[in-house]
Amino acid sequence: MLEVRDLSMRFGGLLAVDQVSLDVGEREIVSIIGPNGAGKTTVFNCISGFYRPSGGTITFKGRPIQGKPDYKISRMGMVRTFQHVRLFSRMTVVENLLVAQHRHLNTNLFAGLIKTPDYRKREEKSLERAAYWLERVGLMEMANRDAGNLAYGQQRRLEIARCMVTEPEVLMLDEPAAGLNPNETRELNELIVSLKEDYCVSVLLIEHDMSLVMGISDRINVINQGRPLACGTPEEIRTNDDVIKAYLGEE
Amino acid sequence: MVAQNFRHALFCAFITLIISYPILGLNLEARGVSITLTGAETQTYVGIALAVVIVFLFQLFRPAIMETLGQVKAINPMINREPMPQEKRVKFERFALILIVLGAMFWPFIASRGAVDLATLVLIYIILGLGLNVVVGLAGLLDLGYVAFYAVGAYTFGLLFQYYGFSFWMSLPIGALLAATFGFVLGFPVLRLRGDYLAIVTLGFGEIIRILLNNLTDLTNGPDGIGGIPDPTLFGMEFGRRVKIEGNTSFHEVFNIPYDSAHKVIFLYLITLILAVFTLLVIRRLIRMPVGRSWEALREDEIAARSLGLSRTAVKLSAFTIGAFFAGFAGTIFASKQGFISPESFVFLESAIVLAIVVLGGMGSQLGVILAAIAVTILPELAREFSEYRMLVFGAAMVLMMVWRPQGLLPMTRVHINLKKQEAGVTDHA
Ligand SMILES: Nc1ncnc2c1ncn2[C@@H]1O[C@H](COP(=O)(O)OP(=O)(O)OP(=O)(O)O)[C@@H](O)[C@H]1O
Ligand SMILES: [Mg+2]
Repeated sequence: MLEVRDLSMRFGGLLAVDQVSLDVGEREIVSIIGPNGAGKTTVFNCISGFYRPSGGTITFKGRPIQGKPDYKISRMGMVRTFQHVRLFSRMTVVENLLVAQHRHLNTNLFAGLIKTPDYRKREEKSLERAAYWLERVGLMEMANRDAGNLAYGQQRRLEIARCMVTEPEVLMLDEPAAGLNPNETRELNELIVSLKEDYCVSVLLIEHDMSLVMGISDRINVINQGRPLACGTPEEIRTNDDVIKAYLGEE
Repeated sequence: MVAQNFRHALFCAFITLIISYPILGLNLEARGVSITLTGAETQTYVGIALAVVIVFLFQLFRPAIMETLGQVKAINPMINREPMPQEKRVKFERFALILIVLGAMFWPFIASRGAVDLATLVLIYIILGLGLNVVVGLAGLLDLGYVAFYAVGAYTFGLLFQYYGFSFWMSLPIGALLAATFGFVLGFPVLRLRGDYLAIVTLGFGEIIRILLNNLTDLTNGPDGIGGIPDPTLFGMEFGRRVKIEGNTSFHEVFNIPYDSAHKVIFLYLITLILAVFTLLVIRRLIRMPVGRSWEALREDEIAARSLGLSRTAVKLSAFTIGAFFAGFAGTIFASKQGFISPESFVFLESAIVLAIVVLGGMGSQLGVILAAIAVTILPELAREFSEYRMLVFGAAMVLMMVWRPQGLLPMTRVHINLKKQEAGVTDHA
């Protein structure tokens, strides 16, 4: 589904990502871990088109996407969340979800002004989809609140719901558990597994919470100082000497 | 703490002194060929000294004064009140808008001719405010050159009339579309700019248009402007005493009523009202449509908007284009109302006034924009004696607004959407 080969990203003199490769297959949860500043978010930014990679290839659904503008990549069916939550804070929760669905909506100005049947139908459909996902992440009661007024954990869930209403094939989550309490983390854990199991979504995950990563990942990529350190199943990673050294050296 | 306050207060007082003394306390007088420097009257010196002392005391006791001012907030009925529940606010806004439109419909039949004329101007500013609200309030793009599109609308009508004898009704859509085209074209170079840079470039664009109009003397008559621009007609009926354009008839003759110069003013007012209501309704719909939501999304967080597949180009261009479209509308009406246009009518101050309307009204809020447009246009007329201090009052009002109510008079109400509960079952997704 998603294939990254020898991805490099240079900022001036700093090689933030160096020859990283990774694969995400259909209905897989693949994680990227690594110490702070390892270049994980930068990998995300390259894949999602925010940065133009300095080298390497990225293939999504068999088509090269490196250097494509971010919004086109998102429209192809690969969306992401952010390490620091990015919601449309002065819009309501539902509106956040509607914005995300513009691809499913009739965006013709005149159709909207005179409310053609097609426009109404699609608008209704996306409201249903929004309601469905709000229910799913437990935010139904908050539907008409400003997104900025939600509690932190709720904002995180809304961000995931906002990705899901676009009906993506690959979902990229950047530290979704950061700042959540153990309870919320467990719920998130279940949600991510369910995304894969029930909605056929592949997940590319950056996470520091080891128990979460080890528990749900099909494969794990370890990056250290921009370079790939190891790649394998959770079991292989747990027992990998390099990884242990890097992590113990860190902490 | 006190010592620091004291030093700061002394400094502020000193600044006041060195600014006000040369400006107010010294006069240059021309005596024959030479210019001499004379002092002002004692009164002025007392004034300056008083100002210095006031500044000093204010800065010295600032924390205490600000605290008292903070309590003044409680007097402000809008501030300490629980915010109205959202559904109620939406209803309130709709109710207020309907009331205003109804009131506006009856206005010409109860008010004097001058008042109707002024109301037409208010309506023009309302159209401008609503249009700029799309760009600044909704899309969050600070546009300081909005007057350029207003000018394009006005000059389109002026020129089309002068060279081809086009009527108001033919020029209205052309003017709006041409202004929209200008908005679209301006959109391109500023796509990548944000904040201050965007403001500067749009400011420059506004000036370029005005300077062009001033200097293309062959085409636009330069600073002399274009005169004799006709009023709107009603199905070919003119409102003047005599028919000016061949083929038209005259309103008072057709209906066999005595000629009244007020007819013309009232008719223009009603047309402007219809166009203002049209603008209001169209933009109101747009806000609730995907395009309107994408404007707001871009304002809130451009990166998140892009990550969800919104194209920054398309969203920004649509905001600029639609905003400019309505400025073109307003421009055409303005040209018709004045009968004469010159580049003087489209100076930066106009952009600033429209921007003030949007900011005072509460970014994004349509009701707020309408109320602010009324206030900003009518207050200077009511206080003619103070017209010298107009800009001062304007500035002071803006500063007070920023202190007390940075979100504007009436912050935007969000649309309330009732969702039907969905079965959170897994099956009905796929
Ligand atoms: N736009 C940029 N310009 C210059 N340097 C950057 C830029 N973005 C990231 N970097 C640098 O690249 C390196 C990797 O950063 P990145 O954010 O990808 O790390 P990370 O693995 O996500 O860390 P964390 O766990 O803290 O989120 C850091 O040294 C960072 O300073
Ligand atoms: Mg990161």
